[in-house]
Amino acid sequence: MSISVEEVRKLAALSRISLSPEEEASMQSEISSILGYVEQINKADFGTDADLPEHRNVWREDGEVNESGAYSEALLANAPAREGDYVKVKKIL
Amino acid sequence: MPINLAILTIKKAHEGMLSGAFSAVDLATAYLEEIKKKDGDINAFREVFADVIEQAKKADEKFAKKEGVNPLLGIPFSIKDNILIQGRKAGASSKILEGYVAPYDATVIARLKEKGVVFIGRVNMDEFAMGGSTENSAYGPTKNPHDLGNVAGGSSGGSAASVAADFSLASLGSDTGGSIRQPAAFCEVVGLKPTYGSVSRHGLMAMGSSLDVIGPLTKTVEDAEIIFDAIKGEDKYDSTSFSPVKEISTISPKKIGIPKGLLDMGGIDPEVKANFKEMVLKLEKNGYQISEVDLPHLSYSLAAYYIIMPAEVSSNMSRFDGVKYGIKKEGGNLLEDYLNTRGEGLGKEVRRRIMLGTYVLSSGYYDAYYAKANRVRNVIREDFSKAFTLVDAILTPTAPSHSFKIGEKTSDPLAMYLEDIFTVTANLAGIPAISVPSNIQIMAPHHREDILFAIGKDIEKLR
Repeated sequence: MSISVEEVRKLAALSRISLSPEEEASMQSEISSILGYVEQINKADFGTDADLPEHRNVWREDGEVNESGAYSEALLANAPAREGDYVKVKKIL
Repeated sequence: MPINLAILTIKKAHEGMLSGAFSAVDLATAYLEEIKKKDGDINAFREVFADVIEQAKKADEKFAKKEGVNPLLGIPFSIKDNILIQGRKAGASSKILEGYVAPYDATVIARLKEKGVVFIGRVNMDEFAMGGSTENSAYGPTKNPHDLGNVAGGSSGGSAASVAADFSLASLGSDTGGSIRQPAAFCEVVGLKPTYGSVSRHGLMAMGSSLDVIGPLTKTVEDAEIIFDAIKGEDKYDSTSFSPVKEISTISPKKIGIPKGLLDMGGIDPEVKANFKEMVLKLEKNGYQISEVDLPHLSYSLAAYYIIMPAEVSSNMSRFDGVKYGIKKEGGNLLEDYLNTRGEGLGKEVRRRIMLGTYVLSSGYYDAYYAKANRVRNVIREDFSKAFTLVDAILTPTAPSHSFKIGEKTSDPLAMYLEDIFTVTANLAGIPAISVPSNIQIMAPHHREDILFAIGKDIEKLR
């Protein structure tokens, strides 16, 4: 399996990652070689999804895990841009 | 009298502090001196904490008052740079997290604080734990204390090197596909990857959430056992954590399985093979029954791992966006902010895995890659369940080589991935595994760390 430079660009855009032109070329060959390796799993039969174990619910009940606001300042202090108690971002729409 | 750090274990250090032969401050000072002397060459630490002596003084006060005295009181630890300690920097050796300060303690840290350990500093790693040599750290590789031209292994290379070089008595690392065991093997120390879910990951930066586990790197198997007992157990902040359903009756393990065809696999260093065969013979001479076990799907594990892990990475890494923490590289609009921040802030291997994960999860490829890999994972788990009805433990080398030169594999990511061939299976199956010198890995059924410790201690004696 090999992927094209266009596919690398599309993947980078979907992944929200910028690449230099040199990186685009090296990613193309490296990702192709990794995909070539992992593709061996398509050579054999490993059953169906019905054979997979069942999941169980591990979610907790709704409710506050800590006192409201206990970590707000520490968390906000890590934001690269803030305004008061808000994280500042550029306009979305 | 100077403390002989080379022969120190947790028990010996504890006895020393208990008897008054030396204090926790003496011990911490001895390690700090070693760091000052040698870490300029080795590069194990990202940061040595400024308050080490104050922490040690508190431990000494507890010894004096006979308050909270336990085997870990005053024991110096280094901590991998992806585990949070409240109020201290944590960066996963990535530029994107520069300036980040942990807002809370990881559960493992909270549990160690209760025991009164001394945190010496945070140690280097492959960026976000992605790599097998620490060469993917944004801050330079950690060198192998036994041979400065070689890598320390990875991703917990700083942890392994800090223990091997006597910079700290123990360390915590994380293991997604071998990141505790392989550097432990390269640096000739002990590395335990516990059962999936037995140790809380709350406060560990997530990489592959169905694979990640925190575990200790130590000088001896007994030390690993002491630390595992202190950090394990269910945690309400990690819904995937759990304690064993029933108490396990300890057995004296006697039957060891070797995977059929293991040593015929290509790419294993002849020295590693010879060393492994020798240890198998020694175990046989010392009362163990050795047999071949059939793990028919073992050869597919690395391929399945390098689909499942990047898929989970691509999802977990989406949180690093230049909005919530770390650095931000401005663009003309929000999308450009994302592209620039992630493009400049994340190293090449991390970006490669995010893109691979995005690929295998994309519609049209999902069934051929991710869905199939999960089925492979399931049959591998079943292979192990069947094998463990016949044997108590399974033995393999930890890594296909004893170590490699710095720069030797950096240009070929696939060659680096092949380093994980023996270790990823335990993460896929969720079973515990330990690496003991020299380069021997033991795997056991879920929640049977006791088996690893029993056989590991015998291997230590037989070396």
